[in-house]
Amino acid sequence: MLPRRIPALTLSAALVTVTLAGCGSGADRHSTDALTVGLVAEPATLDFSTTDGAAIPQALLGNVYEGLVRIDQQGRIQPGLAKSYDRSADGRTYIFHLRNNVKFTNGKAFTADDAVFSINRVRTVWKLKIAQQMDDVRSATKVDADTVKVTLKRPSNNWLYSMTTRVGAMYSRDGVSDLKEHPVGTGPFEVASWQRGDNLVLKRNTGYWGARPALDTVTLKYFKDSGALNNAMLAGDINVLGAVQAPETLSMFKDKSRFQVIDGSSTAEVVLSMNNSRKPFQDKRVRQAVRYAIDHEALLKTTRAGRGTLIGSQESPSDPWYAGASNRYPYDPAKAKRLLKEAGAEGTSIRMRIPNLPYAVSAAQVVQDQLAQVGLKVRIEPLEFPARWLSEVFDKADYDMSIIAQVEPRDQWIFADPHYYFRYDNPTYAQLLQKADAGSPQEAAADYRQALKLLSQDAAADWLYLMPNLMVADKSLRGLPVNQVGEGLEFAGVRWSGK
Amino acid sequence: MNHVVRRTATLLVSVVVASFVVFAFLAVLPGNAAEVALGTNATPAAVARLSREFGTDRPLLVQYADWAQGLLHGDFGTSYVTHEAIGPRIADRFAVTAWLVAGGMLVALLLALPAGVLAAAWHRTGRGALLSGLSQVGIAVPAFLAGILLVYTFAVRAGALPAGGYTPLTEDAQDWARHLVLPWVSLGLVQGAVLTRYVRSALLSVQRQDFMRTARAKGVRRWAALCRHGLPNAAIPVVTVLGLQLSNLLVGAIVVEHVFVIPGLGDLLLRGVQDRDLLLVQGVVVVLVVAVLVLNLVTDLLYRVLDPRLRSR
Repeated sequence: MLPRRIPALTLSAALVTVTLAGCGSGADRHSTDALTVGLVAEPATLDFSTTDGAAIPQALLGNVYEGLVRIDQQGRIQPGLAKSYDRSADGRTYIFHLRNNVKFTNGKAFTADDAVFSINRVRTVWKLKIAQQMDDVRSATKVDADTVKVTLKRPSNNWLYSMTTRVGAMYSRDGVSDLKEHPVGTGPFEVASWQRGDNLVLKRNTGYWGARPALDTVTLKYFKDSGALNNAMLAGDINVLGAVQAPETLSMFKDKSRFQVIDGSSTAEVVLSMNNSRKPFQDKRVRQAVRYAIDHEALLKTTRAGRGTLIGSQESPSDPWYAGASNRYPYDPAKAKRLLKEAGAEGTSIRMRIPNLPYAVSAAQVVQDQLAQVGLKVRIEPLEFPARWLSEVFDKADYDMSIIAQVEPRDQWIFADPHYYFRYDNPTYAQLLQKADAGSPQEAAADYRQALKLLSQDAAADWLYLMPNLMVADKSLRGLPVNQVGEGLEFAGVRWSGK
Repeated sequence: MNHVVRRTATLLVSVVVASFVVFAFLAVLPGNAAEVALGTNATPAAVARLSREFGTDRPLLVQYADWAQGLLHGDFGTSYVTHEAIGPRIADRFAVTAWLVAGGMLVALLLALPAGVLAAAWHRTGRGALLSGLSQVGIAVPAFLAGILLVYTFAVRAGALPAGGYTPLTEDAQDWARHLVLPWVSLGLVQGAVLTRYVRSALLSVQRQDFMRTARAKGVRRWAALCRHGLPNAAIPVVTVLGLQLSNLLVGAIVVEHVFVIPGLGDLLLRGVQDRDLLLVQGVVVVLVVAVLVLNLVTDLLYRVLDPRLRSR
């Protein structure tokens, strides 16, 4: 009797599988009003005023939350919840004229009181380091229901820029009781549901003041494993692969009848840091030698399949003062050898302590090889990221060389702080940045350009390349933001074509 | 009864020892939660302030006592990263992993019992050798590799099942099952293959016993004898292996969760380690340790149910 029972069991198991497999899920299924996006890093909570990490503003800024001003795809500051703003001649006072048709998703109207509340809240409630960007604010006051006046302690262009980031997000005075799970904003979308460890669903805000978004729902799905992310895209479980981890895997998506590859710019400079306070990099000639010794084009081709932008200083194309190729060092190993000889640094051993991230590991190997050719012995030591790398390299600056992507936009200040792990101490650079921050927006660009040129000539570090903003999307999607310029990945303008 | 009490006492002592070991190991892990929480823009003063807030600047023994005391009251503490209670989060994730492990075990049993019986019945025939060979291959394939191959075949190529993700059972039962089929199979295949070998060898050794010969002599057919008298007697070694395998499955589930993007305990554990959210890691590990110990206890008690001879002892 048993042999007859076994096939029955197997068969029923097989039937279950087949029935389950039968229901739905084809590769190209999608409805025209829904979008599923695959991303890597997941938000720890939904409150970026108490929890750090890029994933929260990525999901919420520009979608759920909006600021008085916002940043456009070219990196320019544009009106947001303020339809316009006036800057006083001395740069210390800003008057924001608010839109009067804006509502929060809790039904309350957005007024000057909310704007004042939100700006003050950063200084009182926020615990994160980024809240310091509001330290320059002396006062924020309501002029009338639609007008807000902000007075700064000193003129600052950076302050206005930071108002486009998460610290500038506008909160409802009656909507901050449960921000970790239930954010309340004015944006084109609101949070519909949040399945921790798996997905965050945004739905269209039916009371939105601006243009009606084409999508009813946007599901952000989070994948810890880039292989699983690629598979989900191939299988059609997601419509957009929001961040390609390894450009060499792009060949999987070469089927043009299904996929489009979006290759824009980001603000993540991959910096080859040299500890300016230690031998041999105390000597500017050695730092310059390193810059001449590296064939950046070859490095980009080998490690990133040629995707990315070659840069020569701490800048990205969306910065208004971007100087492009002019800050770069040409590949010149002979000159590098000569400089090393002058500095008496030939044959020096160097400890390169890098984070165990794929881009850093592959770049480190190329750098090691190229520096060996000019006579520098590099020993690579990968450290677990983030914990160990932060503790050893970032906090203690116990390293000679390292490689990491500095992802924050407009982060030129990191070279102005002598305690930052580059240990680059150049008062002229710091002064130039200060001048740029205080001057008129027109003068600022010229000052920044001068500062960044100095940084490059001084070889405070070497800039290997700028990370591309690489995405793979269903071929019939339109309106995805090409460049990563601010902190949010915005979906208001995304739509399906022809359906 | 005495036996049960003794075993439970051993279990409790093990849990206490394990909690201490877990705490000690994590305490020596380089890097700290405050640094990670503050990221690449932190100042040393900010790190020190946050450490004080977290309480990670206190002596280790004080921290341990504080944590252990909380555990006794069922309080797992508050996460450094999200500032939320850890207990409910672990409970959520545990439910997911439990479904994964239970389904994987079921698949393993569904595979191993028939295959093991057949392999034993077909001992020294071509078909038997084929089955043994297949189970050997199954043992050699790690669960994560099986997972990747299954995803490629059924999700990427055929588009029949999702490549990963999870839907709670309470939300949509069908979708829940669709997401779990491939993880269940990839966990179950390997464990099923291992179990097949044990069922087969246990049955083979039982077959040589006197009572089997007696049964056959009384005219019971070979298959019927195997099932009616063979299987119950082969159960003890099989249950032993099953108990061990459940622990293996729990570990295997962590890897499989990663491949299939399932928000279970493994995922929570990896995140916790990365963020140096030590209270969270300690909580998860303690839960895993207790789960394994309880499974062992249950296995141990099952022997006495299965084998009347042990009860008198």
